Amino acid sequence: MFTRSVFQVLCAALLALSLSNGLPAQEPIKIGEFASLTGKEATYGQTVHKGTLFAIEEINAAGGVLGRKLELITEDNQSKAGESATVVKKLISRDKVVAVLGELTSGRTLEAAPICQAAKIPLISPGATNVSVTAKGNYIFRVCFIDDFQGTVMAKFAYDSLKLHRVAILSSASSAQSVGLAKYFRERFTAAGGTVVLEQKYGEGDKDFRAQLTAIKAAGVEGVFVPGYYTEAALISKQARDLGLTVPLLGVDGWESSELISIGGAAVEGAYFSTHYSAENQAPGVAAFNARFRSRWGHDSDALSALAYDAAMVLADAIKRAGTTESAKLRDALAGTKDYAGATGKITFDAQRNPTKSAVVLTVKNGRFSFLQDVNP
Amino acid sequence: MSEFLQQLLNGLSLGAIYALIALGYTMVYGVLRFINFAHSDVFMVGAFIGYYIGQHVPQDTVGGGLIVLLAGMLGCALLGMLIERFAYRPLRGAATLNVLITAIGVSLLLEYSGQVFFGATPRTFPSVFPSTNFAFGDLVISSNQVVVIVVATLLMVALEFIVHRTKIGTAMRAVSLNPKAAQLVGVNNDVVISFTFGLGSALAGAGGILYAMNYPSIDPLMGVMPGLKAFVAAVLGGIGNIPGAALGGLLLGTVETFVNGSQWSTYKDAIAFAILIIILLFRPAGLLGKVSIEKV
Repeated sequence: MFTRSVFQVLCAALLALSLSNGLPAQEPIKIGEFASLTGKEATYGQTVHKGTLFAIEEINAAGGVLGRKLELITEDNQSKAGESATVVKKLISRDKVVAVLGELTSGRTLEAAPICQAAKIPLISPGATNVSVTAKGNYIFRVCFIDDFQGTVMAKFAYDSLKLHRVAILSSASSAQSVGLAKYFRERFTAAGGTVVLEQKYGEGDKDFRAQLTAIKAAGVEGVFVPGYYTEAALISKQARDLGLTVPLLGVDGWESSELISIGGAAVEGAYFSTHYSAENQAPGVAAFNARFRSRWGHDSDALSALAYDAAMVLADAIKRAGTTESAKLRDALAGTKDYAGATGKITFDAQRNPTKSAVVLTVKNGRFSFLQDVNP
Repeated sequence: MSEFLQQLLNGLSLGAIYALIALGYTMVYGVLRFINFAHSDVFMVGAFIGYYIGQHVPQDTVGGGLIVLLAGMLGCALLGMLIERFAYRPLRGAATLNVLITAIGVSLLLEYSGQVFFGATPRTFPSVFPSTNFAFGDLVISSNQVVVIVVATLLMVALEFIVHRTKIGTAMRAVSLNPKAAQLVGVNNDVVISFTFGLGSALAGAGGILYAMNYPSIDPLMGVMPGLKAFVAAVLGGIGNIPGAALGGLLLGTVETFVNGSQWSTYKDAIAFAILIIILLFRPAGLLGKVSIEKV
């Protein structure tokens, strides 16, 4: 009795398999993914993987690309240095993938980039923000904006939306990222017609910013741009409010941490900062994406999963436009991506294969981050 | 003008903390003639004791704040005496260089055990003292700055009293002057040295808590920079000289703040240290230090 029912189930399953596989009579398109699924950054890797997997599932549910299903082959780099090179070589030489998706960090993407470039296999990183990543070659792409870009976005937001005309910058002298953000902020803000009245610096590990803030207060500015991380940002906000400097403070994605609120408390209320994505964004594309994502995984999407989703979607779109998976044509189609409406904004690749896209501005309201608006470059 | 006064005030409150840490360096140097590099990590432990005790006392009350302060001082005094007993005493009589290297070892031990036990991520220090801001026109003074300056002054006065008006203080000065002669007249050197470490570490503990109150993000490596600055302050004032350490701390804090508030803020440490070099060129023994002739 038991054996018979098992036999029937097996038969049914086999039949279903042969039907679904047999009809298009074509091999699936293999796409490689490498992520930190285990190890110290496992939570990030798992989140990214959810986004990628979700994109592949949606594409296949809609009939695949060029009449073929997509097959995602995922490799784990264990969050370790050196491991990414090994797994990406395996993806390319043994699995013969047509493109590689990954990685979230710049360091591990930089390991894989030369290998993909040499094999002429397109690589799309969801989250590597370091400028040098796409400089590795013409097969390397990313869907996140680069570090400096947020300086431009915040300058635009400060001038156009907050109507500020005189601002100060308080940046870290020891962080290349902070220096770059400050430079781009200044350029854009000045070009728009505003004035950067003064720029003060602090050093790595500093905790006392009262001196710089006193000078900023005396200069009579309407806002302060602080390109830095949450620990400094929280202390700066607190000390600014202590000194009676009540103008708005503007930050970047390094501010996005619950520690900002636990250290800064009431002092960070009303602060603005830019980041990649917000699940609270009510723009039609984003809201619909987030609703589908939630019904698949049971929780809201975040920046990492949305970026990973976009990386896979941009790739599928390019395969469709190329009409083939042949590497040179696929690369050209990717490079020609224009105004692709992704979950994290409209994506257009520039000559350096970095996207020009919108950023979102969040504000701190009642002790939590809340979505304020999109800013287009 | 109000900007100048505000910066002066910022500088004094930062300098008061440097001064508290500098006192510990200078006292140990005065008695044992070596730099206790673990001192800045005792400062860090003080902040963490405050962090854990601070969660169990009523927030924003003077009583709660004092309990935290006393607990931190007591805990650090014990830690300082333990370090002296187990790391430095077995090396008494060995070359100064050996003790110095041991001190660096103890410092690293505290920093990295701190990362194991407390975790490497920054913690938020609870607000233990009530905090408000007082405004006098454009000049703003936060109650935390007032607490720092008042507590630091009281502790320095108490220290001056202990060193010059008590029996154990007299013994400390005797050991500092000549340990062998002190032993001959019946001073128990071990007790005096242990007490010196306890006292210096208690001041570091108080410094740690005052620092964390003003900059409420603490981590196991938080002692490194303030410790270095305080060491410089001790040298600036004349190492081994107690009022010198206090003066050096206040001076360094003020100079650093004024440079920080100017357009040369990138170079603040460079300028602060350049001033140190210039002062030492003209006064090699520090501002208040006495030039002593080495007997060969």
